[in-house]
Amino acid sequence: MIKTTSLAYSYTSAKEILFTDLTIESGSQLLLIGESGSGKTTLLHLLGGLLKSQRGNIEVGGTDIANLSESNLDRFRGKHYGFIFQRNHLIQALTVEKNLLMAPFLAGLEQDSARIDEVLEQLGIGEKKHARIQDLSLGQAQRVAIARAVLNKPAIIIADEPTSALDDKNCDKVSDLLISVAQQNNATLIIATHDQRLRSKISNLIQL
Amino acid sequence: MNLVLLVFSYLKARLLNTLLNILLLSLGIAVITVLLLFSNQLKEKIADNTKGIDLVVGAKGSPLQLILCNIFHIDFPTGNIKLNEAERLTKHRLVKSVIPLALGDSYQNFRIVGTNTAYADLYKAELASGVWWVSDLEVVVGAAAAEILKLKVGDTFESAHGLSKEGHAHAENPFVVRGVLKKSNSVIDNLILTNVSSIWKVHEEHDSINVEKVFSDTSVLVPTIAAGDSTKEITSLLIKYRNPIAAIQLPRYINTQTNMQAASPAFEAARLFSILGVGVQALNGFAYVLIFISALSIFIALYNSLKERKYDLAIMRSMGASRTKLVVATQLEGITLTLFGSLIGMALGHGVLYLFTAFVAESQKTGISATIFYKEELFLFGGSLLLGIICSLIPSFQAYRTDIHKVLAGN
Repeated sequence: MIKTTSLAYSYTSAKEILFTDLTIESGSQLLLIGESGSGKTTLLHLLGGLLKSQRGNIEVGGTDIANLSESNLDRFRGKHYGFIFQRNHLIQALTVEKNLLMAPFLAGLEQDSARIDEVLEQLGIGEKKHARIQDLSLGQAQRVAIARAVLNKPAIIIADEPTSALDDKNCDKVSDLLISVAQQNNATLIIATHDQRLRSKISNLIQL
Repeated sequence: MNLVLLVFSYLKARLLNTLLNILLLSLGIAVITVLLLFSNQLKEKIADNTKGIDLVVGAKGSPLQLILCNIFHIDFPTGNIKLNEAERLTKHRLVKSVIPLALGDSYQNFRIVGTNTAYADLYKAELASGVWWVSDLEVVVGAAAAEILKLKVGDTFESAHGLSKEGHAHAENPFVVRGVLKKSNSVIDNLILTNVSSIWKVHEEHDSINVEKVFSDTSVLVPTIAAGDSTKEITSLLIKYRNPIAAIQLPRYINTQTNMQAASPAFEAARLFSILGVGVQALNGFAYVLIFISALSIFIALYNSLKERKYDLAIMRSMGASRTKLVVATQLEGITLTLFGSLIGMALGHGVLYLFTAFVAESQKTGISATIFYKEELFLFGGSLLLGIICSLIPSFQAYRTDIHKVLAGN
């Protein structure tokens, strides 16, 4: 599914981060573990097409995303990726439903209300469809963010510290949901984290 | 979901700020709209009322007063001129036609004008009912005057001396209404017309004996008296030139060679407008300051909210939104504000003028209407949309520059 070769990135000319070549199977789950500053977010963003690589290739389902133009990369991201971040980054001005509808709208896909019900049900927050974002608890908001990431049935879900802001109970629940929802949607799941609590959930890991 | 819905949600999320910005802009636009409607219609009215009159000749005094009194019927007469002098002028080779005016009386603040039917023809006034006057002390009433005074054919009234309500009444010589004019949207709507000799008659001593005389040579201005009568006076003459040379020679001749004064309506109206123009410009300036402040306010609001929204922008990019889409969304937000601001402002401008004309009686006399639209309003509208684009130029550049990686990695 994802294959990188001789990938490197440097923020300053003095220090270049070199990444080992990766091959991630379709539908697999992978944990990127490392201290902050170890480059795990950089690698995650490179894999997710959020950051253009300076050297090397990233092949995603047969497409070399390192060589896509900016607008083609935008389109590619919208169609094939779902993103989850440490903070939910939901749009406060919109309701839960409208936040979710942004995903198909921006990706240029059909906006399907039934799909929203389905995903919200899977995540156990079906009754929050019309709620405002500020009325949600932290755990609920993170689940809405997960719903948004999986709504378009992306091939790859990229999660950056998805549980770091949550307490043990919510961390457990959210990570379980994330893993099961990724499986249900047959998506490749890549999580970058320093959260040791996730080690027990996903065995396949890369230490940076 | 679509961009318009997104923009409206953002505007709704900070409703007070949005309303303030729209209000600020709409106030500026409203002031400009009112001034535009007012000054345009005033210009049109002046042009309409001076049409067909090349020169006004009256007693010496202020030329502007002469025009205001004899064309717009808002100022007092400068005095009288001798009828025989006026007759002599009528025969001048550069004069094509003349209309005599005799002012001085009024009824309930509406002026009674002694003239002939050529004066009514000047404004293309037609009778709505009744007939034109045949003999003395018969009048034809303008549409607005008839409506407000509730006069109809057959009614009689006593005129008052002078042009204000307080004048002493000419009780012994009542006027009878012979006809009512159709509305012509000119100054004639507010006038009561009669012949010149009626005006003389109400001012004659009541003991004087009026003998019907037959003249061998009658006056060209007032057919009921002899030519060259040295006792009669009128207020002014409205002159139409025979040819363009008259415009150069005739005023100079009258002002230097006679006891009378000539004033050009076009010139005096332009002078009047340049005096009024200062006030209009000051108000316009004030309106532009309001608009500038509102533009600044819109810009600041967009700029700040774009800063607050940097995560929204980054997350939208991650979900597949192109840079262009974010730019369009930001522009749309600015344009939406100015669009509503200008529409509400124009509605407000017309509304204020409507209330003004509906409730202020004096404004009705001017015949200014709130329901006329000018093509300048389209420019105003277009300009507002342009303003929206300009206000959101820098914010949309911010949106364009959003670096997804930096924003999303920066927590």
